[in-house]
Amino acid sequence: MSRDEIKDVLLEIIADIDEEADFASLDADAPLRDQLDLDSMDFLDIVMELRKRYKLQVPEEEYPQLATLTSCIDYLEPKLQKF
Amino acid sequence: MQYTPLDQVRSRYDAIVVGSGLGGLTCANRLAAAGHSVLLLEHHIQLGGLAAWFKRGGHIFDVSLHGFPYGMVKTCKKYWGKAIRDSIVQLKNIVFDNPQFSLRTTFSKEDFIRILQGRFGIDPEVVDKFFATVDGMNFYDDQRLTTRELFARFFPGRSDVHRLLMEPITYANGSTLDEPAITYGIVFSNFMNRGVYTFEGGTDKLIGLMADELRAKGVDICTGAKVDRILVEKGMTAGVAVKGRELKARAVVSNAGVTNTIDQLVGQDRFAADFIGRFSKVRVNNSSCQVYFGVRPGESIPDVGDLLFTSTAVEFSSEEMRRMDTGSRTFSLYYPKTRPQRPPDYTIVASMNADYGDWAGLDQEAYRTAKEAMVDRCFADLSRYLPGIRAKVDTVESATPRTFHRYTLHTKGTSFGTKFEGLDISRSLHKEIGGLFHVGSVGIIMSGWLGAINYGVIVANDVDGYLRG
Ligand SMILES: Cc1cc2nc3c(=O)[nH]c(=O)nc-3n(C[C@H](O)[C@H](O)[C@H](O)COP(=O)(O)OP(=O)(O)OC[C@H]3O[C@@H](n4cnc5c(N)ncnc54)[C@H](O)[C@@H]3O)c2cc1C
Repeated sequence: MSRDEIKDVLLEIIADIDEEADFASLDADAPLRDQLDLDSMDFLDIVMELRKRYKLQVPEEEYPQLATLTSCIDYLEPKLQKF
Repeated sequence: MQYTPLDQVRSRYDAIVVGSGLGGLTCANRLAAAGHSVLLLEHHIQLGGLAAWFKRGGHIFDVSLHGFPYGMVKTCKKYWGKAIRDSIVQLKNIVFDNPQFSLRTTFSKEDFIRILQGRFGIDPEVVDKFFATVDGMNFYDDQRLTTRELFARFFPGRSDVHRLLMEPITYANGSTLDEPAITYGIVFSNFMNRGVYTFEGGTDKLIGLMADELRAKGVDICTGAKVDRILVEKGMTAGVAVKGRELKARAVVSNAGVTNTIDQLVGQDRFAADFIGRFSKVRVNNSSCQVYFGVRPGESIPDVGDLLFTSTAVEFSSEEMRRMDTGSRTFSLYYPKTRPQRPPDYTIVASMNADYGDWAGLDQEAYRTAKEAMVDRCFADLSRYLPGIRAKVDTVESATPRTFHRYTLHTKGTSFGTKFEGLDISRSLHKEIGGLFHVGSVGIIMSGWLGAINYGVIVANDVDGYLRG
């Protein structure tokens, strides 16, 4: 998957979790948590959805790498290469 | 409600959930949504665990529907759907009445700021700093600071303020001033977010909707099915033994108490010695007593508030609150708005904290006498808010730690799981025995309706990771 495709998937998953999420003014390098009102339960939902779609396991220690949109993409890019 | 008879369930599932408290129900729902086959086994004839209701004298009484934080709105919408979310409504009239102060509040941050500054004369800057501190608390903070120390830092010598801040939380989860302050901060901030909420339609409606959702997702549900053992083969979870049958599953999620799970369902001998060493330090929280009053049809009572925190004790004391003859109790008033779908009904539930040990050893006669004395004390206190209430009530029932133990099997009838140290034990079960998980009230922060549901989601994620691993 390209970086753009990964980004689309992430935004789609987040939109499913939070219907009111507004991506228009999203800063890709600032924490998602602050901008979209995501809490730790929402991050868990993202992790579970990634596992369901791509059999991807994100260990708890690595959750901090999902902090911003850019860091998410950096983290997922090598893992989603074959998709 | 009709569920699947035990002799008709399959012999193998991806996951078996033992117990249908809110944690077990939610975990089952999430696992089914993720595509796993799930069997839910419940020992009682009714689902919901402590999210219980019962019918007596034509009334419906709710056991644990006194109030939960606003966070339930988001949690229910995400994990149970909009129909459940849409029934969550605010309880606006929360009353405190004790020898130190009497006041009415929405139990929200704005209102508490107003009360702390106006009524208690606390410097606005101190109030601000206190809220900033508790709002910012999280699981990874220093766990040595106690709530007592936290209060002493911000409100030294102000036992009235300590009472305002602590009494509701002691009722909500059995905690004392000696727990880690983070457990206080997390739970208190949850409530302060927007006040206290309830489920319109009653506990029976909520659990009914949850059961419908589970069945729609293909979860098999058996009630009256007490699991005797969780089967472990070669250090891995293999299934459960229930009523003489062995059912296989790669993952078993126990919603029984974490102490029951290790001591009775699995057996301490299955775990490594150092794990059992840590486990032996786990303390369970206190249990509860309740007295239920039903008002005769045709009679009504005035609106004196939704939730009354009442006490005749001079100061806040969690020990006093657990005594058999405590003068501290909450009254939850259920007006016809609680169940708009039914004919108008007024019920009142008095709730007290209680220690199992005080009640467990009583012989039949002493037990009956103690219950009658408790009912009398509750009537006397209630009459202060509702004069003449004795003449209006046609149904009275009571529950003690023995009752809670009988229905949930929980160690010492605990109402709120374990103290903080239980959380780590619950979280690390699957590291000891592959495929073994616990969900349900632990660690203070994972108790209550919101805590139990959220924990169900967290554990479902672990189980899903295991099953797909
Ligand atoms: C009196 C009282 C008032 C409360 N008020 C509130 C309130 O106002 N707001 C709030 O948020 N919270 C309240 N709570 C707390 C809240 O009800 C609980 O924290 C929550 O419901 C617990 O959910 P749980 O998942 O831990 O499971 P539980 O409800 O404890 O259920 C566990 C289930 O497992 C079953 N089980 C156990 N062993 C077995 C076995 N071997 N085989 C099969 N099944 C088994 C039990 O029968 C039970 O159904 C109250 C609790 C009490 C006691």
